[in-house]
Amino acid sequence: MRRLRFIVPLGVFALLVVVLAVGIQQSPDKDLIPSPLIGKPAPDFSLPSLTDPGQRVSSGQLRGHWYLFNVWGTWCVSCREEHSMLLRIKQSGLIPLVGLDWKDDRGDALSFLQQQGDPYATIAVDQDGSEAIMWGVYGAPETFLVNPQGIVVYKFIGPITEQAWTQQILPRLPTGQTPAAASSS
Amino acid sequence: MSSRAVSIFVAALIAALLLATSAAYAIAPEQMPTPQLEARYLALIQGFRCMQCQDESLADSPVNLAADMRRQIRDMLLAGKTDQQIRDFMVSRYGYFILFKPPFVLKTAWLWLTPGVLLLVGVIVALRVIRQRAALAATDLDDNDLTDA
Repeated sequence: MRRLRFIVPLGVFALLVVVLAVGIQQSPDKDLIPSPLIGKPAPDFSLPSLTDPGQRVSSGQLRGHWYLFNVWGTWCVSCREEHSMLLRIKQSGLIPLVGLDWKDDRGDALSFLQQQGDPYATIAVDQDGSEAIMWGVYGAPETFLVNPQGIVVYKFIGPITEQAWTQQILPRLPTGQTPAAASSS
Repeated sequence: MSSRAVSIFVAALIAALLLATSAAYAIAPEQMPTPQLEARYLALIQGFRCMQCQDESLADSPVNLAADMRRQIRDMLLAGKTDQQIRDFMVSRYGYFILFKPPFVLKTAWLWLTPGVLLLVGVIVALRVIRQRAALAATDLDDNDLTDA
């Protein structure tokens, strides 16, 4: 028993190593808080359309389709960074982008899309920021992949990169859709 | 004044200033119709984390998102929701991370239990060391007795 005593501090040390290793491995993700919405139904909404304020964009209309729900605003610098990637996603024709224009100025949003191109199939307006809270949004851009049953399959935080598109989003889409189609822009 | 009195006075002044600042809010709290609602509102917003500046509560954070979330909580209170319903709503959107005081569930059990376990280990180790030392001291005494004899 006495001879085995050196195992006690060694065991404590090993435990400490494990705890710290887990801590270090997870620390880069401190800014990326996993969404509790994944695997759950996307929030129901019915919001005015950006392009046609008389019309409404609702979750009901989107049932039966895969779509990417992209939270953006013209005030958001990273969203501008992401914009060319969104246009490429649109060109791929693989999945429609549904925009949520978050606490934005309507005029700014419309002129931005006119100048830079409009990647969205439809855009809902969240004037006061309450819809973003429903989705658990804490910083634009955030993008949710929603399946035809209305379930949130995946959430990407930050500007979508080519890598995120080919490695995270495309593999989650139904088979038969290849990444080649997206990069052939 | 002696230097001791001066240092006591300075310490008291610093303490008073610290207390005064902790009671002040970075954000003017929104008015609620009754003092009861006001108290619940203030308690709630201090218990939620601002998701953008993660070490601040919703009560203290000046960012827009925190203001939107405070409005959401105020609206829910005015709609007659209970504190638990509001907490559940926030957790359902943002996860347990939004709570400054995490609940005791399976996933967080280690968080709550580790300090107790560590304390227990410390007490056991301390007791063993004390017993050993006591035993050692006793045998030392015996040895002395023998040599003296």
